[in-house]
Amino acid sequence: MKVTVRFFASLREALGSGETLDLAAGATVGDLRDVLMQRSAGHADALGRARALRCALNQILCNESTPLPDACEVAFFPPVTGG
Amino acid sequence: MAGEPRVVIQQADFDLSEVVARLRAHDAGVGAVVSFVGTVRDRNDNSGRNVISAMELEHYPGMTERAIEAMIDVAFSRFEIRAARVIHRVGRLQPLDQIVLVAVTSGHRGQAFQACEFLIDYLKTQAPFWKKETTPQGARWVDARVSDDAALQRWGIPASNAAPR
Repeated sequence: MKVTVRFFASLREALGSGETLDLAAGATVGDLRDVLMQRSAGHADALGRARALRCALNQILCNESTPLPDACEVAFFPPVTGG
Repeated sequence: MAGEPRVVIQQADFDLSEVVARLRAHDAGVGAVVSFVGTVRDRNDNSGRNVISAMELEHYPGMTERAIEAMIDVAFSRFEIRAARVIHRVGRLQPLDQIVLVAVTSGHRGQAFQACEFLIDYLKTQAPFWKKETTPQGARWVDARVSDDAALQRWGIPASNAAPR
């Protein structure tokens, strides 16, 4: 299934604005993070689980156990600091 | 105000008086208007000195608007308010600039005060915006604050934005 990945703020600076990739059906947000971390040392560092990262599925905050539907958009970003 | 969006993300500055005038126009049931304006400080909490020369604000187009819309829906369900408006700026800002406006109208002041504080507390920890500040040491992404999570938790909403995970 097709997944569009987007990065924001410090992740965007480190990894670019995102990419589209294919994942096996049934994959979760956490599985996607694992796949992305294998891309490069930079990915492994920026997406490492020592970091406090937030994720959103189809523009709604989610957690890593959330399953991915086909043709979805997943975003990873640091804690938010607006206002 | 009919037809005006409740949430606007823009680079341009805003005029508080104008926004409030439109928000309460033609609604004689309004007895109270409460607004909050957030502005760019020239200092962070680490140094206490005026070290910030610029602030860059990034957002997640689409999600940001949607998230704040949902917050306004929650505010309407919790408080007796008549209208609400949120304007948040993005892009490059400088100390003294306005960043965010939350304005709420209500029949009486109590509900308007509460709804306004609720909305800004909610926005601080759950709306996707990120600040990058420029200092003499270079540019750095601003850290989320545990105190902002605590502010939202006072309303009975769990928040762990700043917590490591």
